[in-house]
Amino acid sequence: MRETLVVSRIPLDHYAELIGAGEIEELRALAKPLQGRSIEMINSTAVGGGVAEILNRLVPLAEELDLNIKWDVMSGAEDFFDVTKSFHNALHGEPYHASPRDFEIFLAYNEHNRTTLPLDAEIVVIHDPQPAALIDARQPGSNHWVWRCHIDLSHPNRAVWEFLEKFVSRYDGAMFSSPEFSRQLPIPQYLFYPAIDPLSEKNCPLDQEFIEQTLHRYQIDAQRPILTQISRFDRLKDPVGVIRAYRIVKRYFDCQLVLAGGSAADDPEGSIVLKEVRREAGHDPDIKILELPAWAPLEVNALQRASTIVIQKSLREGFGLTVSEALWKKKPVVASAVGGIPTQIIHKHTGLLTHSVEGTAYQMRFLLSHPEIAAKLGEHGHEHVKENFLITQKLKRYLALFLMLTRGQ
Amino acid sequence: MNIAETPFDFVTASYLTRISNQSAGTLAELLTGLEHCSDTSIFHHTFQTLGTHHFLTEGFSNDFAQWVLSATNRNDLAEQLAALDIRDYTSIAALRSDLCRVVQDFCAAQPQLAAQSALEPFYFCESVEVNVPLGRSARTLEEFREGLEHLSHAGFHFHFISSRLRLQLRTNDFSHWLSGSLGLRTLADSVDHIDIYTNTLDSARVKMLRLIDRERRKA
Repeated sequence: MRETLVVSRIPLDHYAELIGAGEIEELRALAKPLQGRSIEMINSTAVGGGVAEILNRLVPLAEELDLNIKWDVMSGAEDFFDVTKSFHNALHGEPYHASPRDFEIFLAYNEHNRTTLPLDAEIVVIHDPQPAALIDARQPGSNHWVWRCHIDLSHPNRAVWEFLEKFVSRYDGAMFSSPEFSRQLPIPQYLFYPAIDPLSEKNCPLDQEFIEQTLHRYQIDAQRPILTQISRFDRLKDPVGVIRAYRIVKRYFDCQLVLAGGSAADDPEGSIVLKEVRREAGHDPDIKILELPAWAPLEVNALQRASTIVIQKSLREGFGLTVSEALWKKKPVVASAVGGIPTQIIHKHTGLLTHSVEGTAYQMRFLLSHPEIAAKLGEHGHEHVKENFLITQKLKRYLALFLMLTRGQ
Repeated sequence: MNIAETPFDFVTASYLTRISNQSAGTLAELLTGLEHCSDTSIFHHTFQTLGTHHFLTEGFSNDFAQWVLSATNRNDLAEQLAALDIRDYTSIAALRSDLCRVVQDFCAAQPQLAAQSALEPFYFCESVEVNVPLGRSARTLEEFREGLEHLSHAGFHFHFISSRLRLQLRTNDFSHWLSGSLGLRTLADSVDHIDIYTNTLDSARVKMLRLIDRERRKA
């Protein structure tokens, strides 16, 4: 077992200004019957990755509500994480031939962790496939176990899923980010959206001066429309398609395109894609390809806030939380109807969904021609995120789940 | 000052969304789904969705209508589904019956469209309600106003929208109490006439508070 260190501790009352005091009062009311009840969250990494980021914010908020909550991280060596990384990709649908040895390694580390982790809380929440086999430690009728799956299981590798399903089917329930990502299971399945933290550096309000400095640093003209896609340089994010859509828009509007993503230095495939993107961009001075440092939340925040339109032209997507980030900043978003994006973009209400390069270009031209509609989509998008995709809503879903389990509903 | 014998107890409800194993890829499959899905699924896609999408006050009524519009591009059917007003229903059975009738009529009239694949599937989900008392109650109009002001969106939705099914009356918890316990029938009627389709939960609450303030000035 590894220790977790919660690095973010934002008091619950700080959220009242954004979501209203009534919502905070409601969280306290929902938590009251759960005070002192023990809850154990388990995942496989303490730092890096979306799950650790969410737990880092969720656990302190639950503690503030007097839940007896702890977050433990399972331990494993390189061979375990090699196997689970392959499982992860295979569950996403990538070709993979799992060997009996892979399954043995997976089971051996789970067995080892069963002896080191407490696993005696009233409610045990297991995150993702890595610790899924810890369910073997459960004594019949002793406590509640639920499995939170953060990945898309719509087209999994059959052998890996059949192996995991035996464990998952023994939980009291499973939570998925989208109905599309779930499987036919004999246990109840619940919808648990991923969430953004409106007070994190990536989403908090920024001074206009900082936004202008960021634009100046990257030589982006604040006076002309800015079309932005924030995502890593990955073919599934279709950055080349974004450039092609931009070129169509450029025939009608004097606009700029910003493609910003993490540095590709340590990612061989990312470097290849980045070269393809640079080749496609050619010498167009209005296309800015930005390799941001690995952790540059304030810059991402500033670029999103400075954008006229935010694009997410993915060919495949998980939930795509960058969409929620942009919507929270009241930006009109044009995005592909894939993965979890249609959950965030209700077409013509909170943004515009597209299915092609040409469609993406058309919708951007439409929004540039109708700024009043763009503003309205942004406003509605902000409300949609406030109602469904904030960390406080996620906390509320967990409280409802815990209440339901403890009441035996 | 009127003091009610029975207090109004403010409650909040949190809803978990349960994913059912049912989906529809065509209008014909939507009809089959509507016929066979659980009552909590019909509730989720009509009553509950109005709460989670309350900020959309133009052209959003329920999940079925929205899917028909965006995934099958059938404006005519979407319009008919959107026109079903949940305030007219005190039972899920009656609402389900009308939803089925509208889709069935369309599919019978245009069988070729009924079988056409939608751009994306419709996933039937269910609402699991978990409610808790807020520890706040009211016996007077003043106390009621204060409680209303502090209510969360979910609490407001619970008392104002989903209450119709609980009460099995064409009214809501607020109006029911104002009329029955404080004898304020005119105020209760005015509150019940606030349009939940063209107001957000916040603007509906503001209108309600204004009506209460007007009533207090009369006293």
